[in-house]
Amino acid sequence: MAELLRQAWAVARKDLVLELRTRTALVSAVVFTALVLTLFNFGRDPTAVPTLDLAPTVLWVTFTFAAMLTLNRAFQLELENQALEGLLVSPLSRTSLYWGKLIANLAFVAVVEAVGLPLFVLFFNVSVSRVLLPLVGVIALATLGFVAVGTLFSALVIRTRFAELLLLVILLPFLLPPLIGAVQVTARLLAGRPLSESVGYLKLLAAYDIVFVSLASFLFRFTVDE
Amino acid sequence: MSLVRRGRWITLVALVLLAGVYVRALAFTPIERLQGPAQKIFYLHVPAAIWTEAAMILVGLAGIFFLFLGDPRLDRFAEASAEVGTVFATIVLTTGPIWGKPIWGTWWTWDARLTSTLFLFFLYLGYLLVRGAVRDPGLRARYAAVLGICGMCLVPFIHLSVYLFRTLHPQPIILKPSGPSLPDSMLVTWLFSLLAFTLLYVGFVTQRYAVSLARDARETAAAQHG
Repeated sequence: MAELLRQAWAVARKDLVLELRTRTALVSAVVFTALVLTLFNFGRDPTAVPTLDLAPTVLWVTFTFAAMLTLNRAFQLELENQALEGLLVSPLSRTSLYWGKLIANLAFVAVVEAVGLPLFVLFFNVSVSRVLLPLVGVIALATLGFVAVGTLFSALVIRTRFAELLLLVILLPFLLPPLIGAVQVTARLLAGRPLSESVGYLKLLAAYDIVFVSLASFLFRFTVDE
Repeated sequence: MSLVRRGRWITLVALVLLAGVYVRALAFTPIERLQGPAQKIFYLHVPAAIWTEAAMILVGLAGIFFLFLGDPRLDRFAEASAEVGTVFATIVLTTGPIWGKPIWGTWWTWDARLTSTLFLFFLYLGYLLVRGAVRDPGLRARYAAVLGICGMCLVPFIHLSVYLFRTLHPQPIILKPSGPSLPDSMLVTWLFSLLAFTLLYVGFVTQRYAVSLARDARETAAAQHG
């Protein structure tokens, strides 16, 4: 287990260092998030629909779309100079390769969300200070689930035609349960309802995470081997 | 008898039975007190819905066994089952709105149950698109198996979100813990229809399997002749 995590960290660290040196994907994703939030602001009639009714949807649609953009790069970047073959012949276990990619993806999405949340508060004038801790918890819970599935699928599509488009098409149905759960819990939190009202959805999110993280860890080896 | 002919015969028997279901449902089953004649569509809608989900589960199970055994027959079955499942999902998504218009007053509503069937349909489309996007047969089978297994695991989550979401859709009246709660004559018609749809599934899958078999034989022959 310790060895597994050490190897996973080596992969994640490689990706993070690479990204910190170029910053292209991360900066693009952050700018994209800001742009989408701005556009959403003009795509509604503030006199007709109260901001609070729309806010959870805006937040989650932005997060999931930004996340999908960052997911594409995880394995796409390994295609250059056959870097993926290098990773596969190295003494890494397949599971730790997957976990490494998962950790790196989670870090990217976390940065995007960390920038997106304050912008969302600023643009939509919603008060989150009272519910910040549970809100961050829900974001983490939902993000883990769909990034786990997304990391697996991004490895699956790299050798197909139209990889970017295909990833969106196969991943979106899988976003439904985390998106429903996250939007419902966020709506209740922003409306000042106690967390105990959202137990059902929190259980759904947790179960989704457990099932899909373990499933993806197991299935990953079948997607990368030639 | 060749496989494709056997499939045709099963389909023919299923279609005759289906005609029998129409006759029995329209002429020999009482009209429901509240919904009137619109309720008749239940005899088509529910069996099709059951087989839409069952086909996805069978695709997933075939995927699991394929990854362990590597038997191409399992992959061909999964491919056939997914295509037939797509057809059945189309039946569910067509008959549903036809019933919904007189009963609910709207063709479509963003109810959890309808949304989840629609997403199952998208899941099938994504699965078939992945199959179409990979040239190498071995790789194609492996990718399809991974996606099929994930799809199978998604079905219970979609169901779970159905029960948490408030729903307009009638609750199950046959497959529920307390046992069926409808008149015997309706139950008999329904079971008769379930049998017809089961045979229809078997007939379609057998024919589709024969098509894949012919394709694989051609691909092998082409590979041998270079």
